[in-house]
Amino acid sequence: MSRYTAITEANLDAMLAAIGVGSVREMFDRQIPAGVRLGRPLDLPEGLGEQEVYAHLRDLAARNSSVEDELSFLGAGMYDHYVPALIDMLTERSEFLTPYTPYQPEISQGGLQVMFEYQTAISELTGLPVSNASVYEGPSAVAAAGYLAKLHNGRRRFVVSAGLHPHAIETLRTHAHGYGMEVVEVPLSDGATDPGEWARAIDGDTSAAIFAQPNFYGAVEDAEALSAAARDAGGEAGGGGSPGAGAGAAGGRPLVICQVDPIPLGILKPPGECGVDVAVGEGQPLGNRLDFGGPSFGLFAAREEYLRRMPGRIAGETVDADGRRGFVLTLQTREQHIRREKATSNICTAQALNALAGVVYLAWLGRAGIVELGELLLARTHYARETLAGLDGVEKLHERPVIREFAVRLDADVGAVIRRCLKDGVNPGVDLQALTGRAQDAGGLLVAITERRSRADIDRLAQVLGGAVAAERDPAVADEAVTA
Amino acid sequence: MSAGAVAEGPAIPAREARTIFQKGAPGRRAFVCPSLDVPETDAEELLPARFRRAEPPRLPEVSEPEIVRHYVGISKRNFDLDSGFYPLGSCTMKHNPRMHERVAALPGHSRLHPLQRPERAQGALELMWNLQSALSEISGLPYVSLQPSAGSHGELAGVLLTRAYHEDRGETRHKVLIPDTAHGTNPATVTMAGMEVVKLATDAAGGVDVDDLRAKCGPDAACLMLTNPNTLGLFDPNIEEIAAIVHGVGATLYYDGANLNAVMGLSRPGDMGFDIVHFNLHKSFTQPHGGGGPGSGPIAVSERIAPFLPRPLVVRRERPHRNGGASAPGDEHDRGEIPRANGHSPAALSRTFVYDLEYDRPKSIGRLRGFQGNYGCLVRAYAYICSLGADGLKDASEVAVLNANYLLARLSEQGVAEHLPLAYGQLCMHEFVLSGGPMKRGLGLKTLDLAKRLLDFGYHPPTVYFPLLVDEALMIEPTETETKETLDGFADAIAAILKEAAEDPEIARNAPYSTPVRRLDEVAAAKRPVIRQALD
Repeated sequence: MSRYTAITEANLDAMLAAIGVGSVREMFDRQIPAGVRLGRPLDLPEGLGEQEVYAHLRDLAARNSSVEDELSFLGAGMYDHYVPALIDMLTERSEFLTPYTPYQPEISQGGLQVMFEYQTAISELTGLPVSNASVYEGPSAVAAAGYLAKLHNGRRRFVVSAGLHPHAIETLRTHAHGYGMEVVEVPLSDGATDPGEWARAIDGDTSAAIFAQPNFYGAVEDAEALSAAARDAGGEAGGGGSPGAGAGAAGGRPLVICQVDPIPLGILKPPGECGVDVAVGEGQPLGNRLDFGGPSFGLFAAREEYLRRMPGRIAGETVDADGRRGFVLTLQTREQHIRREKATSNICTAQALNALAGVVYLAWLGRAGIVELGELLLARTHYARETLAGLDGVEKLHERPVIREFAVRLDADVGAVIRRCLKDGVNPGVDLQALTGRAQDAGGLLVAITERRSRADIDRLAQVLGGAVAAERDPAVADEAVTA
Repeated sequence: MSAGAVAEGPAIPAREARTIFQKGAPGRRAFVCPSLDVPETDAEELLPARFRRAEPPRLPEVSEPEIVRHYVGISKRNFDLDSGFYPLGSCTMKHNPRMHERVAALPGHSRLHPLQRPERAQGALELMWNLQSALSEISGLPYVSLQPSAGSHGELAGVLLTRAYHEDRGETRHKVLIPDTAHGTNPATVTMAGMEVVKLATDAAGGVDVDDLRAKCGPDAACLMLTNPNTLGLFDPNIEEIAAIVHGVGATLYYDGANLNAVMGLSRPGDMGFDIVHFNLHKSFTQPHGGGGPGSGPIAVSERIAPFLPRPLVVRRERPHRNGGASAPGDEHDRGEIPRANGHSPAALSRTFVYDLEYDRPKSIGRLRGFQGNYGCLVRAYAYICSLGADGLKDASEVAVLNANYLLARLSEQGVAEHLPLAYGQLCMHEFVLSGGPMKRGLGLKTLDLAKRLLDFGYHPPTVYFPLLVDEALMIEPTETETKETLDGFADAIAAILKEAAEDPEIARNAPYSTPVRRLDEVAAAKRPVIRQALD
């Protein structure tokens, strides 16, 4: 008997007798051919008691610097927003934590209703009428939206703004290679997608035109203009650019896909009002932990006409045998367990528990709170950008509006500057070029501001960053500082 | 106040489900926003009106107590593994140790930013390295990527790896062979990877029809995707021959690890000849299912597939010497240092190595997602492996198979077996499939009716109507964490339902009766989809 099992010697004897075998070994030997039996113990350590495992995991945790251990301005896709305690309490409840996907709706009304509420919240946030119950996470959600476009119009190419998160572009490339699509990248100018290059890149072969709002460098894009240009350039039937116009027959026009960040959507014009067909994004900022990158969830919302091509689970409302309101998984004929090779996606297990955290967070923020939070971030981020740009050797990367994140260019080695800041307990942001690999990002630092970073924190960042940049530009200053 | 609102709103009867959007009142709230501590700036300067939203999103307006009561209330309309037996075939609903939640929540794990510099995330990278090493040993394959988000994501990685492998050799192979017993994710994945599904028949014993395989496995075959034991709960006795046929034409062999819980420490996919394996950490390794995720789907691969693995990979290097010597190459895929009982890995040992993320992998298929994978799930799986160790993992699989065979024996008794015979084989591995065909013909009870009646007895039903080749299929996986008493209780319930049906089948046909709602109209839901709460 080992951990978590419960078969006593007496149980074992009775069970073997009922089965009609003499031993557990015989049960395996009669089924597994001799040539593929392991025949030796696994080369792993012996098991440990709970308190020993706890101590080991705690020791490992202690060798990580979390956002509790330093003044962190890291973002670039995942953000240190405050997660209210009630989310921990609800996500740890057995009733939400331990069921499987709700295949038996009569005993899964709680989970199904959460999905239905989540879909409603995401629909409200994005201004798009239909949402699924979540996909894995942000970048793969972009790839999933691309697959939807391919199924919808059968065209061959994705046109992608360089303002998309670099992980999203790479993930899209990985997936697109599988389903036989080409990916073309459109550069930025002045911090945002270059409108001329964007329009030129999109043509009759373009399956989807994909941009991010705000973009990876923090800038607010002109989403309406990008959507309209994509529809015009991609040969919409009739040539009009009117948002909401039907896609018509396959091959009609490119889909406009927008990678959104959910927090700024409290104040930003929603994609549904900007001519966007499919909105996807990373859900982590909505009440989910950082968790070194996952699990979180991917949000996925679209116009009605794409409902039957959506990936993932969708909860729908119905009635039971007594006429009472209830919820079920619906439109399952899209899915792998029914349609197999003709499914709209292969996804099975998604991120239900993370989506629960998302909808609880949105209820906690509430209708007024999401706007107040957005305005606070806008003001603090503006303040941070202006303050940092006032430092010697630091300049703004662009002048476009920013909401929760912005990029600056340092006149010094970014890695060295970051290492200096870390000695003072400040993690000033993400080394842009290290993440994107783009030559034009040399010197770039991407700084994220959440509600957990006060004005005093921002002033501290400015002080430490200013000192670090000065030291890197003039090593003599650094030597003085050390000897002083 | 709210009581008055309910009294005024007769449209919704009190017992009817109400969403959070139908609760609360204008002006109510839970969130207190930090005050503005920076100078006020003109709104138009911060964000011009043309970019701004005209109306706030219509999110709920509720107090914190209302939120708690609402979600605690609807949680009670869920059945869950902590409340009762959950023998859902192919889903491995084993106990979820609470200690895992505790360690995963430690701030050093849960509040670690994914772009933290590797030198400041050494604990996380070491954990990932150790987990890679353990999964490598369990699967018998040398290289591991922890990146895929769930099983089907791991499958997609596997098919893309196969494709990259063949392309690298200058070959174009598009056919992927899949038995008709396979999980639906297999064929769906193949299509998404731009490949073509070729179905394989099942032989009379329930394994791959080897003659059919021979006929279809030619030089254009890219891969065979196999679950072993398969979804009938049977270990394929011809696995060595199957592997030889597949490798003989230069194709790869893919292992769907959904059923790994049957063979941990007993038989390894790598030793069976598989090139690529995915693990479902939310099945065999206790990540809680969360009502449909999160999961995690690491993959292990053979030497020839390794160059194509997704990037980044977690690697280990010897710490450079103080004199600035370069990292020593060549040891990057050694076994990790999981602490031994009665003596943790000394701190000195940890300091011998540095862990890093390796991006420079020119033949890699690329990223499958953002960042490094579902780290929170990796923490739980690692804690589980540390808890069980080599013996415990083997014991888990042994008891999983023992429990399945015992339950099968109980359901083979008179009164049950004539209505629900075993579809294939005699013994089973960790799960088995019964056919409800005779029950349907003899008692007028469909498998669905039996499943729904089980709800009234307090059990989650088995997986139903899968695999597709079994008439009225009932797929049962008890897992190793159940007691004999629980298995006996379940077998007794099945017998009681069949006996009841012999007298009055209408009872089961109209079940369930004791659940929060009764049978739901799924056809109506799909015909006119209502997938969000209407507002205003």
